[in-house]
Amino acid sequence: MSTVLTTCPYCGCGCGFYLHTEHNKLVGVTPSQEHPVSRGTLCVKGWNAHEMVHHPERLKYPMIRENGVLRRASWEEALDFTARKLQEIRDKYTTESIGFFTSAKVTNEENYVMMKLARGVFLNSNIDHCARL
Amino acid sequence: MTNSINEFQNAECIFVIGSNTTEQHPEIGARIIEAAKKGAKIIVCDARSIRLVKYAAVHIKQRNGTDIALLNGIMNVIIQEDLYDKQFVAERTENFDALKTLVAKYTPEYVSKITGVPADDIIKAARIYATHKKSMIAYAMGITQHICGVDNVKTVANLAMLTGHVGMESTGVNPLRGQNNVQGACDMGGLPNVFTGYQKVTDEPVCQKFEKAWGVTGIPRKVGKTVTDMLAMAHKGELKALYIMGENPMMSDPDTKHVEDALKHLELLIVQDIFPNETTALAHVVLPGCTFAEKDGTFSNTERRVSRVRKAIEPIGESRQDWQIICDLAQRLGYPMKYSSWADILREINELTPSYAGITPERLETGFGIQWPCPNKDHPGTPYLHKGKFTKGLGTFVPCEHIEPNEVPDAEYPLTLTTGRVYWHYHTGSMTRRTNLLERECNQNFVEIHPDTAKSLNVRNGETVIVETRRGSIEIPTKITDEIVPGLIFVPFHFTEAKVNLLTNPAHDPVGKIPEYKVCAARIRKKG
Ligand code: SF4
Repeated sequence: MSTVLTTCPYCGCGCGFYLHTEHNKLVGVTPSQEHPVSRGTLCVKGWNAHEMVHHPERLKYPMIRENGVLRRASWEEALDFTARKLQEIRDKYTTESIGFFTSAKVTNEENYVMMKLARGVFLNSNIDHCARL
Repeated sequence: MTNSINEFQNAECIFVIGSNTTEQHPEIGARIIEAAKKGAKIIVCDARSIRLVKYAAVHIKQRNGTDIALLNGIMNVIIQEDLYDKQFVAERTENFDALKTLVAKYTPEYVSKITGVPADDIIKAARIYATHKKSMIAYAMGITQHICGVDNVKTVANLAMLTGHVGMESTGVNPLRGQNNVQGACDMGGLPNVFTGYQKVTDEPVCQKFEKAWGVTGIPRKVGKTVTDMLAMAHKGELKALYIMGENPMMSDPDTKHVEDALKHLELLIVQDIFPNETTALAHVVLPGCTFAEKDGTFSNTERRVSRVRKAIEPIGESRQDWQIICDLAQRLGYPMKYSSWADILREINELTPSYAGITPERLETGFGIQWPCPNKDHPGTPYLHKGKFTKGLGTFVPCEHIEPNEVPDAEYPLTLTTGRVYWHYHTGSMTRRTNLLERECNQNFVEIHPDTAKSLNVRNGETVIVETRRGSIEIPTKITDEIVPGLIFVPFHFTEAKVNLLTNPAHDPVGKIPEYKVCAARIRKKG
């Protein structure tokens, strides 16, 4: 079994806990005793934070809508399709006809590259997330 | 938050408004209880009898949507009774006279009429908050999710400045951020008006700095559109494509029907997420991101602590870390983003963001994170803000008038509906509702009703009723409880089987664009 110290994915308290894994599978969570926020405790959401990761409904591959239904696609195909469509829309209308919703769930680094994609690549300030909701 | 989580347990007074802290921020709730047990006075302002009420010296049940009136009333008492911090007001603030003039009319009696709170309670709360040295304010969405959300926040700040409860340990204005990385998404410029670290897009030197670092020209100097604006544009056919990462507006946004129409108008909807949901169901392309356990990077908590997220397992299926997906797209768009890891990205953030400059990947390897602002590699981080001076110099009082909610009860819709969360679940429920224990504890939506209201409607506990507003209706079982005031009903927003956002009012704050989830007019009908 191996353990990794990480940060809770739920509320804004930001508790620190250890994720326990066995053969690339999460088996449990224990709070960090020394972490200034969690101090050896967690709420029920934190204690169970590992479970949803292996839920069978996880999205496991890219999908593209065809004739009204989503079908499995390779990463190459999905990324090519997405990039081509975004370019077409930018060229046909304006870059401002595109919007970006970044996320309060993903990491800082991921938010940063999304922001860079909007502002730096699309020269577009239409970026927001649901902080308000 | 201006201050830190570990300052709560040492406070002498904690003023909680619009936050069900023990359920939504359990670690902070626990500290408030710890403080209460050590003798701190707790003031709870909430129409529901949340758990903290058990520890409260005063429980104020203001009518939903009357926070400004209440806070102005408290400030009226503080000024009348000469309890404000004259030295702080003189040395560190401006515009006090305007505040004094405005709050003069908000006498406890006048405020009592607007809010339904006994005048004595307003006076009591004012005295407790003002006369303790270490008084902290904590608030959450109960303050922001109103058409006057921005004015609510300003009014909270007025109160803290008036009493000098700023810039010291165990004081301050402490918004409790709901999602794990809302703070970080804002810090990283995931907002229409700022780059990282709140550097304004309207600031020419800032734009030039980013253009130079990114090797591009033509970054727009104007503010972009908010979520609310973009959805409205999509509805009108002005927005053609939307790239949504890790959000489910079909569950989280008000007036679901309107959102659905808006998303259906798009020529291209890209959704990147970890589970299928109501929004991926409308997507043209679905890109599988991975969860916190499968990625490396950082989150920023509500006290501005930047902490490591560490990968424990390989991504499930073909899912990929969200940053890698974005970089792969950028590559195809002719703008290669060559990062070998999260650390490369954080180093770029360090270079471009003064408040994050010293929060380097190397420093985060040990310890438990660093609180920004952290301007250089030797800086220890900042547990509380505004020590000795506000960032902008003087703190400006911005007096605000009470306004009525956009929709108030009337003969047709006589009840007030408010929404929120429960302890067991999180946000739209996409993760917690896939967790056995949490789902076992709470697997069904409910509407909380006061026994008197239930009696007048002739409904029983657990009976499935129809809750309706001008926007829609849902079927939902009742939960009769005297923990809510008569005339008010509460429904959590986690449950896709009875989506409360079919009912909520999309009317929003003109500046903050926050929808008024906390108040709309509703009625309850018996089924059949
Ligand atoms: S364990 Fe609970 S209190 Fe701690 S961050 Fe997670 S959700 Fe919040």
